[in-house]
Amino acid sequence: MANGKKIGDVLLSVQNINLSFGGVQALVDVSFDVRKHEIFAIIGPNGAGKSSMLNVINGFYHPQGGTITYRGVTRARMRPHEAARQGIARTFQNIALFKGMSTLDNIMTGRNTLMSSNFVLQALHWGPAWKEEKAHREMAEEIIDFLQIEAIRKTPTGRLPYGLQKRVELGRALAAEPDLLLLDEPMAGMNLEEKEDMCRFILDVNDEFGTTIALIEHDMGVVMDISDRVAVLDYGRKIAEGTPGEVRVNQDVIDAYLGVSHD
Amino acid sequence: MFYREAGQFKTTYAGDQAVFPILQDRAFVIAVILFAFLVVPFIADDYWFQAILIPFLVFSMAAIGLNLLTGYAGQLSLGTGGFMAVGGYMAYKMTTAFPDLNILIIFILAGLIAAVVGILFGIPSLRIKGFYLAVTTLAAQFFILWLFNKVPWFYNYFSSGVIAAPPRSVAGILVVGPASTPMVRYLVALSFVVVFTLAAKNLVRGRIGRSWMAIRDMDIAAEIIGIRPFQVKLLAFAISSFYCGVAGAMFLFLYLGSAETEAFNINVSFDVLFMIIIGGLGSILGSFLGAAFITLLPILLTNLPPHLGFSMPIDLQSHIEVITFGALIIFFLIVEPHGLARLWQIGKEKLRLWPFPY
Repeated sequence: MANGKKIGDVLLSVQNINLSFGGVQALVDVSFDVRKHEIFAIIGPNGAGKSSMLNVINGFYHPQGGTITYRGVTRARMRPHEAARQGIARTFQNIALFKGMSTLDNIMTGRNTLMSSNFVLQALHWGPAWKEEKAHREMAEEIIDFLQIEAIRKTPTGRLPYGLQKRVELGRALAAEPDLLLLDEPMAGMNLEEKEDMCRFILDVNDEFGTTIALIEHDMGVVMDISDRVAVLDYGRKIAEGTPGEVRVNQDVIDAYLGVSHD
Repeated sequence: MFYREAGQFKTTYAGDQAVFPILQDRAFVIAVILFAFLVVPFIADDYWFQAILIPFLVFSMAAIGLNLLTGYAGQLSLGTGGFMAVGGYMAYKMTTAFPDLNILIIFILAGLIAAVVGILFGIPSLRIKGFYLAVTTLAAQFFILWLFNKVPWFYNYFSSGVIAAPPRSVAGILVVGPASTPMVRYLVALSFVVVFTLAAKNLVRGRIGRSWMAIRDMDIAAEIIGIRPFQVKLLAFAISSFYCGVAGAMFLFLYLGSAETEAFNINVSFDVLFMIIIGGLGSILGSFLGAAFITLLPILLTNLPPHLGFSMPIDLQSHIEVITFGALIIFFLIVEPHGLARLWQIGKEKLRLWPFPY
């Protein structure tokens, strides 16, 4: 659904990635490009290496071979917090919120990389530190408004229902004002209504903030509806890439999902 | 009925982010501080100062320090006694080397040295978590005390190995030393505790507090949103040890007067840990409640039986003390892991509705 938005140049280019854990080949020679402002979906059967791919992109796994070029810079081995500082944010398949902290604090923590006051000023709660805190609070409140979670801003996230936790986690990722947002199964375990909400948020984020989104999802209806392009992984290999329409009729993809008879 | 937050609307983010956003809380805290500064010095006698109030304040300081590290940043530490010893011994060395330097500044400097030592012993925390980290901090405890015993330079080569607080004055008033009055020492301790409590409260509600709690709640997610675990954990060790160091200097100069390394032994570390477990992990108020509880219980056990008209042997008394601590810690870990502070909070929530709980 390319609704006239401008898809720009390549933001992230993944070339010939190889990743193995001991004898298990998780990713074999995977290459794809993610362009600015697009919604790029990675799909595939269970164990295809989708989450591993995201983990490689944000520096959590270190591939044995291949290169990752982000914003024109081919990067060396890096740590996740360095990826975060370059503008890559993500959510997790199993929610990874800070459960003892309120929704507001979770979202404020997402803005940590954008804050700079030192601890002495903070202990004194003086001038710059206080101003910074207020300015970031305003931005955090904008995200809270955007995701419509005003009512739970002071609730510890551990007490929230699953669907809301997913939403807060999206908020925390958005709070960092990322250029590239990685979503690992944002709709897993949701009912239809929650899925529709989440789809709307994803599309709005893409539309209003111009954020590039790479997502993993199992719900084919969702993927086909919201993605600009889709890459299909199976057993760690990329078997197809293209627009949803192209992927849908690709014989390899159909075989991977439905199985194929070996006679 | 009297505790109402309804109707107190916040129209600015500044108002919503104040230390005590609710009017009644603010009034209560201000009243307590004023009472402690203005009324207590006139109504308390020397026994109260020396046996109850000063140790309570000293241990509150140490408990806040450990709570920042364990309760907020989630790094378990059994080195509190060691870090306090660093504060105490370094304050002693500095004030004997530079007798003219203001003793209050020396307390701060001693805290800073303890912070450096804390950073050194915090380095393993990048790789080691939970109980295993507690064991490495135990090494800090034993190593530091061994060092202070072994190297005579630390106790100025006195054959007894005892360090004693020399008399020092600030603005013409004798603050420490054998001749100083308990009331003055109490006021000094109180001032330190008030100032550093406010600082701790500011830290934990800002960026740094949030990064500590993020590391505590889910370190992997914290790293993925851009928090550097190593830096954040070391900062927690540094600030925590600073508090413990200042508490150690206060312990020696304001409470004990003279001490040897035994005063800072492993039992001190455990006591402070019990304080924050019973008081409430991740709560500044909890540090105070825990410190009050642990310092007051032995005094209660000493004083209560004579009032009730029977005498209790000293050894039985100390056994009961240990039994009570043990039972309470098990109770709190099972029933209310967030400690007395959480009970206090529940009480406040109930009070919001009282007497019409529907």
